Amino acid sequence: MNRHNGTSKAFIHLHVNGETKEVGVRNADTLLSTLREKLGLTGAKRSCENGDCGACTVLVNGEPSHSCLSLAVEVVNLPITTIEGLLDSPVREAFVDKWAIQCGFCTPGFIVNCHALLTNHPDANEEIVEEWLQSNICRCTGYQEIKEVIHSLLGSNNHSIKKTHPGLSK
Amino acid sequence: MANTSWYTVGKPEQRIDAVEKSTGKVRYIGDYSAPGLMHAKLVKSTQAHAKIISVDTTEAWKMPGVRAIITGEMFPYHIGPILADRPPLAFEKVRYYGEPVAIIVADHEYQAKRATEKVKVEYEPLPIVNSAQQAFQKNAPLVHENAAQYTKIISDVYPKASTNIGSHIKIRKGDFDVAWANSEETITATYSFNLSDHVAMETRSTRVEINPAGKVIVHSCSQSPFTIKKVLNQFFNIDVGNILVHIPMVGGAFGGKGTVQLEPLAYLASKAVGGKLVKLEFDREEDMTTAPCRIGFDATVQLGVTKEGKLVAGKYTYLIDSGAYTDQAAGITRAAALDCTGPYNIPNVWCDSYCMYTNHPFATSFRGYGHPELTFAVERTMDQLAEKLQIDPLQFRIINGIKPGDTTPTQAVLTANNIGDLEKCINRAKELIKWDEGQCIKSGKNKVRTKGISTFWKTSTTATNAQAGAIIIFEADGSVNLNCAAIELGQGTKTILGQILAEKLGMDMNKIHVTMEVNTQYDPHQWRTVASSTTFLAGRAVVFAADHAIAQLKKTAAVVLQCSPDDLEVGGGRVYIKPDPTFGVDIKDIALGYTYPSGHSIEGQIVGIGKHIQRHLTPMDQQTGFGKPGPWWSVGVQAVEIELDTRDFTYSILTGVTVLDGGTIINPMTATQQMRGGMYMGLSYATSEKFVFDEHGIVKNSNLREYPMLRYGEQPTEYLVDFIESPAIDGPFGARGIGEYGVIGAPACLANSLSIATGMELNKLPLTPESIWQRKVEGTI
Repeated sequence: MNRHNGTSKAFIHLHVNGETKEVGVRNADTLLSTLREKLGLTGAKRSCENGDCGACTVLVNGEPSHSCLSLAVEVVNLPITTIEGLLDSPVREAFVDKWAIQCGFCTPGFIVNCHALLTNHPDANEEIVEEWLQSNICRCTGYQEIKEVIHSLLGSNNHSIKKTHPGLSK
Repeated sequence: MANTSWYTVGKPEQRIDAVEKSTGKVRYIGDYSAPGLMHAKLVKSTQAHAKIISVDTTEAWKMPGVRAIITGEMFPYHIGPILADRPPLAFEKVRYYGEPVAIIVADHEYQAKRATEKVKVEYEPLPIVNSAQQAFQKNAPLVHENAAQYTKIISDVYPKASTNIGSHIKIRKGDFDVAWANSEETITATYSFNLSDHVAMETRSTRVEINPAGKVIVHSCSQSPFTIKKVLNQFFNIDVGNILVHIPMVGGAFGGKGTVQLEPLAYLASKAVGGKLVKLEFDREEDMTTAPCRIGFDATVQLGVTKEGKLVAGKYTYLIDSGAYTDQAAGITRAAALDCTGPYNIPNVWCDSYCMYTNHPFATSFRGYGHPELTFAVERTMDQLAEKLQIDPLQFRIINGIKPGDTTPTQAVLTANNIGDLEKCINRAKELIKWDEGQCIKSGKNKVRTKGISTFWKTSTTATNAQAGAIIIFEADGSVNLNCAAIELGQGTKTILGQILAEKLGMDMNKIHVTMEVNTQYDPHQWRTVASSTTFLAGRAVVFAADHAIAQLKKTAAVVLQCSPDDLEVGGGRVYIKPDPTFGVDIKDIALGYTYPSGHSIEGQIVGIGKHIQRHLTPMDQQTGFGKPGPWWSVGVQAVEIELDTRDFTYSILTGVTVLDGGTIINPMTATQQMRGGMYMGLSYATSEKFVFDEHGIVKNSNLREYPMLRYGEQPTEYLVDFIESPAIDGPFGARGIGEYGVIGAPACLANSLSIATGMELNKLPLTPESIWQRKVEGTI
């Protein structure tokens, strides 16, 4: 791969939102650009492309991941979930109900990360919540509403969060 | 207060864009891709000030996929919104690090990016102007050798030959010198802060094509679609009617998307490849340095007062670091002057506000348009003077608070209609922050809790002919489409305009379809979506459009119901007879005209049009500043309580309070969103944000890892927001503007609380534990 400076190409299979998709990628293509430009899944946003803002967050194997920092060829055998695969998540509804959306650009990344947080730590304390959510930046809301989203779904309120781990499928 | 008889105004209607945004399905500008779409990337200056000796593109042309390369001498002209002083691509010299030097157009983005690395630019370094203070010195190196010869695009800009002064705005009200000499107590204080950035989560992006018929089609994430048309017309000689601009929903702007930078570059790129569709998108580093940022600011404030605490004299010297080009910083220089006093009645005012060229990235509007900066200077001075006078800082502000009957620094007369009630705001904020519990409380062995407060005001400094229009079109089911050129950038403006229309028509929100995308060919002209002006300007246009439609509805219904239109009322999806509401006709049956059983039809579709243009605004007199710069002043008060660890100066923000008098609040939840988000933005700026420059004027932290901002958990533990609603008679349902206001007082009240907590006057931003510690090491000023 090095010899070709990342320009050689391959057809790969990506397992996205429960479906297996064939895509042609350059080896240098990031997961983010592949999702957006090859699969039309533009919910994950391009913002810093440096892993600093969380706008591109997707789930890889159930864990939140900056899709701007992985190559598409690195995740061929792993289940990937994007915001488009979380339409039934109560986190999504809570973002609407708690007024946690303004410009909406950071929203998909936040929802994906919050969903994973509540899946992994259904009883998270504030320290854990902060550790997780500091990886995402929202420039509009001031975070109060996002905090209300999380608190409304923690602990006993959390029964409706399903583990998003669709596994590999066809 | 919200009128209880109102149907939807004053109610927290859910935002009409929230559900769609939560699904990730909203298409922002960068979410579009298509086969054949070409990509442009910029070659940028690696120097902050240097002569361009040569630009060698030989190697770049050899790179795969490259279709065009454009360099500065191919378009050697200057453009700009206020003063035309900026070449879209640098020629002859570069004036800031990151400045565009060449454009490469290629089949793929990565190909264009690779080719940019092969362009060899030879520079001859020039001396760096690295601060506004340095720029102001006599014999400072000149950023622009011929500043006085640039074309003025609008009035109220005064570049000075052979200096770095891009503009100088003066306020001369009363006789400052005499009043200062007679003052019983005085204070002089200085303030300083660096340039910083908007950091909208969506970076700026555009795509342009030129179709064979000569139409220039622009898609962009801009606050100013009609300004894009104006700029392409003024500087590229394209007929205004041949320029079509489309704006989808915008992923945050904060003033940073109000000016026009990318679109002319993308136009040049498209032209170079025969008009093909070309996309030009900034990456984060470019969005922070190549694109315009937020001003830096140096201020000296002198206040003179009687021993009873009545302000009699105020002198304000503002040096605005506009970076390499004036852009909107020239307008901010003016805005900072015309509101220089803050919301206080001072009879004798002298202000010199200078727009200073430096070799920093150029600055443009940022939410608040100079007001967070001037408010910091004024409110820190007010606190220090209150202390000198031994007067409670709140009482000191109440004594001097501006009121109807007073005049502003530009001698505009205030009335109960055009200014909010500052004293009510102060008293409400006092309750919310629990001022009477004490301003400084020891909360632990090494912990102290303190409260700081700031008042603020701002007018909406629009163009004197700023305007908006709206078209409402009825559907066959009786629902209504609302089209106008207000841009949805997160502030909720489309929801607010929908609510205003729903109120006028007595109709449910779900019957109002607000077009989210803006298209300059379908939508009436709107000045821009900036300056907290949209609820007022576009809101009034919607009111007029609704009245226009109501007249048509009544006319058609009067024929159907065989009565006078004067007997009719519109509401609940019907037109009915006032004294007998059961007798009426459904709007759906007359929305496309009324058809009799015979087939004969009358009147046709209901289409309402409305418009509004600012009334009686004027430019400012060059010598005194005299003039009427804006339609109204919203006022407010902000306060924070912080807890400081006195050992290491770490602190947390416990409470953030905003009380705003923005007239009638159309939607209390969207308004609260704006106040909380504004406070966050102001506090993030004040606690963390600044560009770091090295001695060569290079930005050292143009990425989100090294550019610190408040993140989740660092915001105030609680935000408390309330509104005083003194209606503006000529606003839609009594509303003024509110969008920027949550930011304005936040830096000042934070610095006031930290100054009390540390026992030091903290007059520089940002206030990090380290900068506070440095202040302690340096000792007294």
